[in-house]
Amino acid sequence: MGVKTHAKGGRSVRVTVNGRPHEVEPGTTLLEFLQSRAIDVRGVAVARNEEIVPRASLGEVRLDDGDVLEVIRVVAGG
Amino acid sequence: MAERDHAASDLLTIADKTFSSRLFLGSSKYPSFEVMVKAIEAAETELVTVAVRYMNLDEPNQEGVLDYLRRLNCHLLPNTAGATTVKQAVRMAHLAREATGTNWIKLEVIGDERTLWPDTALTVEATKVLVQDGFVVLPYTSPDLVAAIRLEEAGASAVMPLAAPIGTGQGLLDWIGIRRIVERVSVPVVVDAGLGVPSDAAKAMELGVSAVLVNTAIAEAKDPVAMARAMKHGVVAGRAAYRAGRMPIRHEASPSSPVTGVIGERAASMYPLKEAVG
Repeated sequence: MGVKTHAKGGRSVRVTVNGRPHEVEPGTTLLEFLQSRAIDVRGVAVARNEEIVPRASLGEVRLDDGDVLEVIRVVAGG
Repeated sequence: MAERDHAASDLLTIADKTFSSRLFLGSSKYPSFEVMVKAIEAAETELVTVAVRYMNLDEPNQEGVLDYLRRLNCHLLPNTAGATTVKQAVRMAHLAREATGTNWIKLEVIGDERTLWPDTALTVEATKVLVQDGFVVLPYTSPDLVAAIRLEEAGASAVMPLAAPIGTGQGLLDWIGIRRIVERVSVPVVVDAGLGVPSDAAKAMELGVSAVLVNTAIAEAKDPVAMARAMKHGVVAGRAAYRAGRMPIRHEASPSSPVTGVIGERAASMYPLKEAVG
């Protein structure tokens, strides 16, 4: 997986979310990423590299290149 | 009466929660979320199951079940539906706890895709892990006695034997197996899956189960709200009958009208014959 270099000199961060690739600005936190996708964190669970990130920590965790994210929601079920 | 029930008020206690309704509902297969809400209200249920799945990031604000359930005063019971391995079920449970905020989990580990029959061996294993991880585990199981015993030993807060395969509406196929479990485990027994009509639920309650979990029978009825109401009555009737103590089952007839003074073809004496004195 190659890494793009921005004009500013930073590298964009490539992550996988629910199986799909996404690019984010370096330093983006998990919370910022979710907000940028208009995802309401209520009723949602997030795992990063198979570890659950507690809701309270979403704003503190910065995405790393190669991170595998899972965004889970509550749906109807029996 | 089992110690798990409060004799006077007949409240049901499972782990840290107390319920006055013994009818739990699933949230799926309704024609709309609005109908689901009306059915939950008609059933007067206090616990509703949900599932967890990957979000579709293309539609992040798609209307969700929680938007509707939040308006109701119900406990949520997330499930691990879809899990076929212990690791999968445990991971789903942890994600469900994070997403819903409850440590209650309906543990499902399925062994066969066509019948959705539970893999009871893996369910016992997963129960042990999740109890260690601080969950209140309500495992979905078969009407097998030993599986239920092992689940209780593993720390399950209730056991949930199926009446029939999920969504089939076939009713209480192995009611004797369910009764065996009721007689032998001391945690609450909640019959879950395969009930079709209120009489199925009433029969389960008459056997002494603590509660029933119903989804398809209500959601796929022609009038789900009316069926939810009827199911509520079925559960109440069955529970009241259980507490009233049923009559014994006899092998042969026991007449309901007097056996003495029966009128014959001709006028006869109803008094016993006196012996001739010789």
